[in-house]
Amino acid sequence: MVENRPWVTFFSHAILIVGIVVVAFPLYVTFVASTLTLEQILSVPMPLTPGTHFWDNYAQVLAAGSTRGAAAPVGRMMFNSLVMALVIAFGKIAISIIASFAIVYFRFPLRRTFFWMIFVTLMLPVEVRIIPTYKVVSDLGMLNTYVGLTLPLIASATATFLFRQFFLTVPDELAEAARMDGAGPMRFFFDVLLPLSATSIAALFVIQFIYGWNQYLWPLLITSEESMYTAVIGIKRMIVGGDAATEWHLVMATAMLAMIPPALVVVLMQKWFVKGLVDTEK
Amino acid sequence: MAAISLRNIIKRYGKGKHELQVIHGVNAEVDDREFVVIVGPSGCGKSTLLRMVAGLEEISSGEIWIGARKVNDLEPAERDIAMVFQNYALYPHMSVYENMAYGLKIKKMPADEIRARVDKAAGILELGPLLERRPRQLSGGQRQRVAMGRAIVRQPQVFLFDEPLSNLDAKLRAQTRIEIQKLHRELGITSLFVTHDQVEAMTLAQRMIVMNAGAMEQFGTPEEVYNRPATTFVASFIGSPPMNLLTNAPGARPNTVMGVRPEHLDIVADGGWPLQVETCELLGAERLVYGRLGTEQVIVRTEEGAAVPTPGTTIHVAPREGKVHWFDAATRKRI
Repeated sequence: MVENRPWVTFFSHAILIVGIVVVAFPLYVTFVASTLTLEQILSVPMPLTPGTHFWDNYAQVLAAGSTRGAAAPVGRMMFNSLVMALVIAFGKIAISIIASFAIVYFRFPLRRTFFWMIFVTLMLPVEVRIIPTYKVVSDLGMLNTYVGLTLPLIASATATFLFRQFFLTVPDELAEAARMDGAGPMRFFFDVLLPLSATSIAALFVIQFIYGWNQYLWPLLITSEESMYTAVIGIKRMIVGGDAATEWHLVMATAMLAMIPPALVVVLMQKWFVKGLVDTEK
Repeated sequence: MAAISLRNIIKRYGKGKHELQVIHGVNAEVDDREFVVIVGPSGCGKSTLLRMVAGLEEISSGEIWIGARKVNDLEPAERDIAMVFQNYALYPHMSVYENMAYGLKIKKMPADEIRARVDKAAGILELGPLLERRPRQLSGGQRQRVAMGRAIVRQPQVFLFDEPLSNLDAKLRAQTRIEIQKLHRELGITSLFVTHDQVEAMTLAQRMIVMNAGAMEQFGTPEEVYNRPATTFVASFIGSPPMNLLTNAPGARPNTVMGVRPEHLDIVADGGWPLQVETCELLGAERLVYGRLGTEQVIVRTEEGAAVPTPGTTIHVAPREGKVHWFDAATRKRI
């Protein structure tokens, strides 16, 4: 819609600016709090300009963690989170792209049944099946391991479904042309389908990385050793007892740190992400 | 180089109660180096037939031989054929060069030989300056040439064309038709060409297969098909405007259908058939006169300069000597 009405422009900008302030203010407060000492945070009112303890607080959490709550260094937690997010994102993409390849391009008995079985699991998020999953993982001795942290979250109906829809839009003639060229199914998959799916993969990677990074309930259940905490769990474990006992400046610094990787992924992959959701390059 | 032999080809879809037979026993011998066009209305099974030769559809019954080999159970890549698809089916993420080289790369051909073959094909098709482009950066005609290039580099025994010209505009289509003819003369590769366009079929074919409803109606040279159509279907499908098929014309025999092409009807001063003129159409060098003979519609083609009949009047037309075709009314076959 192309319009030139100054009042409308002014009004819409005003609303957008208010919106940004509402969203950004808590982030700003978090940042400010992460540069103060605990006494300053607990004083009323809390100062709203950055303090002088930026380096102290960040160096403290990165290297040593909090002194009263979880004592694991946040650096270690960030690494755990990164492993979890990456393994989940790549695992989900790898498994679901192969699953949808099978469903779309091969005729086998019970093909539709399998597709619907995968589809139905869309309705069963982690939280619903968490107790049996926990039992299985613990019986397999995978508590406090990366495998236990990631494996149960890798299967993904959403991604399978997304790739299936994408494959259905790839013209059949392409598969036939590859067959005439003598490319077997896997060759076709790697040489033709995979490159064509690049943008979809990028979009899914962004979504799944954030999904993996932000996992809360599952890591909370299966990690009991501090060395296996993820950043999100680390924050939770730093909050101990009453208000005065928690080192809020360290919690806030950790929260800021925990926000950086997903934000980076989104910012750096934004172009690909949008392309993957919008573009159909065929 | 190879001949193609189709022996009683039948195609069925589905099983049991839902079984549907779409091709009812096609027999045809295509000679080595021959250019054969399969033509028919949409849904007549011509593409299915071609896809069975290509190996993309299973053959329900019958045998297909390419050269000295029965290819029924061979994979498409093993049949030594190349196919040009209607929408070209170029790999969108590969350059023109990679598109053409892909099949050879899979065959593990040495890189310098691939280079040589692609360059040669690019030379023939004038694709040289486009080799590094992606398909999406090409026009429709260029994409079509890349698709042909991909077929040529394989140096197959047989070319299969599945309506390769239908996505081009009229001018480009005529031009490409000539290019395909030239290419066939130069390379001399046995070709099967599927189209629904009878002009394309007439101009390209050395021999043509006319199909209708899953059966072969006639297999012959364009002259034969035009001059001696085997059935009323062929008579009305080939030639534009279609042949007049009359059952009640003066001089008609019982239980027969009389066929006269519009270009073989002459306007005469008197005698002949009285024709009630309805409309006239000018097509440049010629004029079509639509009229009614009793209850049946008749089209007459007149040359430029002939008198223009007024709609509503009655004129007299006479079929030219020896240009009347007779068909059996029941079997629709030529008598």
